[in-house]
Amino acid sequence: MDSTVLTSLTAGAVGPNLEKALTGIPGLDQITGGGLPQGRVTLVAGSAGAGKTLLGLNFLVAGARQYGEPGVLMTFEEPAAKVALNVRSLGFDIDELVRTGQLAVLAFQVDPSEIVAAGEFDFEPIFAILDDAIRQVGAKRVLLDTIEVIFGAFGDDAIVRSELIRLVRWLDDRGVTVVLTGERGNSGDNGLTRHGIEEYVTDCVIVLDHRVTAEISTRRLRVVKYRGSAHGTNEYPFLISERGFTVLPITSVALDYEASEERVSTGIPRLDHMLGGGLFRGSTLMVSGTAGTGKTSLGAHVLNSACARGEHALMVLLEESPDQVLRNMRSLGLDLRPWVEAGLLRIWAARPSAFGLETHLAILAELIEEEKPSVTVLDGIASLSHGVVTPEVTSIVARQIDLLKSRGITSVITALGQEEDVSAVSVSAMVDTWLQLRNIEANGERNRLLFVLESRGTAHSNQVREFVLTDHGIELLDVYIGAAGVLAGSARVTQQATERDEELRIAEELARRRRELHRSVIEREAHLAATQDQLDADRSEINRIDLREGHQDADTEADRSEMAARRWADAAPHNGETR
Amino acid sequence: MSEPQPADDWADADSDEQWDLCVYVTDSSPKGQRAIENLRRACEEHLAGRYQIEVVDVLKNPRRAAADQILAAPTVVRRLPKPIRKLVGDLSDSDRLLIGLEIRRSGNQP
Repeated sequence: MDSTVLTSLTAGAVGPNLEKALTGIPGLDQITGGGLPQGRVTLVAGSAGAGKTLLGLNFLVAGARQYGEPGVLMTFEEPAAKVALNVRSLGFDIDELVRTGQLAVLAFQVDPSEIVAAGEFDFEPIFAILDDAIRQVGAKRVLLDTIEVIFGAFGDDAIVRSELIRLVRWLDDRGVTVVLTGERGNSGDNGLTRHGIEEYVTDCVIVLDHRVTAEISTRRLRVVKYRGSAHGTNEYPFLISERGFTVLPITSVALDYEASEERVSTGIPRLDHMLGGGLFRGSTLMVSGTAGTGKTSLGAHVLNSACARGEHALMVLLEESPDQVLRNMRSLGLDLRPWVEAGLLRIWAARPSAFGLETHLAILAELIEEEKPSVTVLDGIASLSHGVVTPEVTSIVARQIDLLKSRGITSVITALGQEEDVSAVSVSAMVDTWLQLRNIEANGERNRLLFVLESRGTAHSNQVREFVLTDHGIELLDVYIGAAGVLAGSARVTQQATERDEELRIAEELARRRRELHRSVIEREAHLAATQDQLDADRSEINRIDLREGHQDADTEADRSEMAARRWADAAPHNGETR
Repeated sequence: MSEPQPADDWADADSDEQWDLCVYVTDSSPKGQRAIENLRRACEEHLAGRYQIEVVDVLKNPRRAAADQILAAPTVVRRLPKPIRKLVGDLSDSDRLLIGLEIRRSGNQP
């Protein structure tokens, strides 16, 4: 990972003796290690519309509301009523803070055409007015919104300059934490601000930038100087939204995400099984594939499954509208609308070109902050690149993944493109599980196959599955490997039919054989019985013969005796046959 | 510069106009005192009998200064005649004072 993409900020980076005033701006307090230098003056420089005033107001309002530090706003830009109106849409009720004595608003309008300089002067009234207002509300914070306008308006800039230096010193001595806004000069100028007021501010300088590249505007913030304190030096994207000012720090270079052992279901039982029981909680699943392969549907299953568990889920769409997705998913038997209505699922959609890359990232951060989802789907992330993968896109996608991981959010990222294209975005190294959906064309039809390309920490199936979108959701089916390769779709069905026929044939054959054998057994048993009978008969015959032979011997003996006797009596004929 | 302008009519018309001036100073700073003196002198010279000057010490009345949009001192505000004019400085440059407050127009009047 490119080290410029991820920069670490550790707690130890903050100087021990430097007290800081929290700005209440998510991200900025992190970059600065706790806020702006307390009791000192900070310059916020930027071009018109860069968000200087808003940063300052956020600092003031947060001070009054959250940190018990009342504030004074001295603006040279607009009438007080207009300031209050402008920030009301951001949720800052300035009037209320003024009413409750937490904020004093001093609005000045400097019209050079109305002022004529005639001799020596000083800015003592500014000191007196500020001093009074600070006392009045017990202010700990002061915002001077573009005090630079006094340059040029009073003719003698040498006096203005020296008075401004005196003001900064005086504010430093007052012990109030001050934000001074300054207009960014032309690019030709050497300084950060048009009148070089950064020279008087020695403690902390923040520069806001508002760039337009390829017709997309991007806001960035950089801490140029922070005396006595370590600070993040990168350019950090920031966002101005209805919730105020959000800076997006680039976190966790340490890669110290907690690796959960807990598995969460993808909502597709067979996919869970392929992944060894589901996704690890907090891990990142990338689903890549060409158009229409069912990437979004897969993501929707994961969301549906999360919502069914009662968890909050977030879906960020970069290619389709929420209604489109809801409708498409309903055709799969996946009705996400109840989750949306129950407040469990938030669907947010924006064209990739609607904002700058950083803004997309910042919006994601804000959505996460608002919804605190346990599962997030980023749908169509590759479209951020508009087909051209730049280091910026890689950086943003990496940061998005990083952001999700650092919050322990299980995420699904869908990306259009084949293997090579997606690895060109080079985030594959950051994802834990990588599924690829591929269309295969055969026999005049297209079928989807699902491959598990990578699944870290998991004994995963290396098999290919056929991915079928049915009216009751996604189903994974076994594929058939034939001589021509993997079979899916009707080829699979044909193969299945063939196999069924074969099974039937075998079953019939077996039945026939069984019948034959049965018959044979019966025959042989009958035969065996007959033989046994014969055997028995023969045996008894033998016995009978034996028996009769014995009698005959005795008879013969008797006959002989009788014969002899008879001979003694009268000579009887020698023949035993006559009895 | 010297050619007569339609504004000459205005210069004639304001001869009985009342002037209402306010000078904001910080306490008794030398600049403030100088400004008050210079202003009084010019008024006596050009607007005798039809002017009034209020002196506001911004250190004592910071809220008044804020409400009146006073950033620098000394500042003279011409509240009447309209429109409002602001003159910043110790008024040591009397030409600028007269022209700035339009007490006298661009040098074509005695």
